[in-house]
Amino acid sequence: MITPRIARMPRLPRFLRTPSAPRARRVPRPRRLPLGSPLRLLLLACSFALAGYAGVRLFAGDWRGVALWFVGAALLHDLVLLPLYAAADRAVLRAAGRAGRRPWVAYVRIPAALSGLLLLVWFPLIAGQVDRRRYLLATGLPPDGFLARWLLITAVLFGGSALVLVLRLRRAAKHRPPAVH
Amino acid sequence: MSDRRLPSSPGFWRSPLRGPWFTSVLGLVLLAGITVLFVTGLVSYAAYNPGLTPVNDQTPGKGILGFYLFDWPTRPRWLYRLTQGVHVTLGITLIPVLLAKLWSVVPRLFALPPARSLTHALERISLLLLVGGGLFEFVTGVLNVQLDYVFPGSFYPLHFYGAWVFFAAFAVHVALKLPTALRHVRRARGADGEPTPKREEGDLVSPRPDPPSVSRRGALWLVGGGSLLLFATTAGRSFDGPLRQTALLAPHGGADPGTGPGGFQINKTAAYAGIDAAETSEEAWRLVVTGRTGTVRLGRADLLRLPLHSSALPIACVEGWSTSDQWWRGVRLSDLAALVGYGDADGVPDVLVESLQRHGAFRRAGLRANQVRDPLSLLALYVNGEDLTPDHGYPARVIVPAAPGVLNTKWVARLTFGAL
Repeated sequence: MITPRIARMPRLPRFLRTPSAPRARRVPRPRRLPLGSPLRLLLLACSFALAGYAGVRLFAGDWRGVALWFVGAALLHDLVLLPLYAAADRAVLRAAGRAGRRPWVAYVRIPAALSGLLLLVWFPLIAGQVDRRRYLLATGLPPDGFLARWLLITAVLFGGSALVLVLRLRRAAKHRPPAVH
Repeated sequence: MSDRRLPSSPGFWRSPLRGPWFTSVLGLVLLAGITVLFVTGLVSYAAYNPGLTPVNDQTPGKGILGFYLFDWPTRPRWLYRLTQGVHVTLGITLIPVLLAKLWSVVPRLFALPPARSLTHALERISLLLLVGGGLFEFVTGVLNVQLDYVFPGSFYPLHFYGAWVFFAAFAVHVALKLPTALRHVRRARGADGEPTPKREEGDLVSPRPDPPSVSRRGALWLVGGGSLLLFATTAGRSFDGPLRQTALLAPHGGADPGTGPGGFQINKTAAYAGIDAAETSEEAWRLVVTGRTGTVRLGRADLLRLPLHSSALPIACVEGWSTSDQWWRGVRLSDLAALVGYGDADGVPDVLVESLQRHGAFRRAGLRANQVRDPLSLLALYVNGEDLTPDHGYPARVIVPAAPGVLNTKWVARLTFGAL
């Protein structure tokens, strides 16, 4: 295993050392950004060089479009998708808390997350975004039925979750000591 | 800094799940998964034999990025079916892990100061390449599988060069973070279970967490459940019969386009390729075979008088779907080479295959000598005991073991041996 901490750099021979300024003339300078770990710097430089080599080729065509997709994907995820689902989750938690049913939140959260995941991945087909004629000509099948299948899967997920909740509640009720009359 | 309404404040992030153990586990899963994706992606690139002829090469400016290219073999005959099926299915399966990993580290996006050192500044820029590149690769791949070509350019160069940009950032990220990730996971195992992280362990742990609504293990189970669901609704597109029906939301999952011997999955119908029934008729169609000793023109009846051979081979597409073995029957490519002066089995050359299709990528394809020489490589005239259907390439198509689908040219019009 590589140790993350870098061993102290060996002292360079005298002729390779940067000559230091005479002490008497040293004046306080504004604080500069420190360099950081030289090994990390080397690794990053190597990575940027390779990324640059491939990036020149990636951007050779419609560079504006590619840049928009590349940066846009990161921004859209970090600043739109993630806050959206985090806020939705928080809203569900709060609503469940207000209703005094906080332990039940998993029974909504899990099917919603799974259904949302399927929607995210297969959005073009589910939303009917795909060029219908081209899809039909390419595969010999129309791009139909994806919305219906996603809705059915979603129904099964929520229905299954509700079933599990009911079974657990019933079992809990059975094991509860009988109420005193 | 202490204003908790700002995402740059650690107190803004309230989830009790975030912490080094959670991020490390997801990171290690991605390390293994993305490594497989990268390797199978490079393998798929090699499977096109881009070094053989410009016709096969969608990225002529690749430079040293094609350093590893090798002659794509013909055995095992399901090789491309396996590697590309793994590439696409695993990629889709990893999406929840990627999303969870990005969620687990999102506070770092907003962390201040922007840079503690030059190295730290460069590391953060590198993270843009990592996240942007990773999402770019996943998004272009997922859209291409769905035939939704909205990305800015041709899929091959975007996905290939994008992969190298991503890999450059990925490799350095692994080099910088793997020791830390391993340490966190080891420490947790030593502590017999997930540890309760302390604030000083890293900025990922919330200083004022909400009461937990799910355990870290529970959250990992949800991520795994998401992966399992995607896997279960995708993997079936690599199989025929009832298994394909399980791929409910993926193209080439669910139903087959037809019934009977030629009813299996199609990539590009005759209508798509603009193939006119008049030009494929018995009277009109002639196969032009050119080689050392000149040119031979063969009608379908002439081909049927040549020795016919059978091979059981799958169709495997770059989009990750494949069929089981189909039973093809036709003339060996090596026998056709022999007709035009390449009789010696060892002296069989490369071949340029041209389709009746007039537009679109891969209407021409180059096959290497080892592919021509393979006794299973056919110019197929029948599939599963009947004439090829128009959508599967009637009157004749190439079928080569282990080759990507698009190199199995349909509606073949011309074979030029030794031209590459």
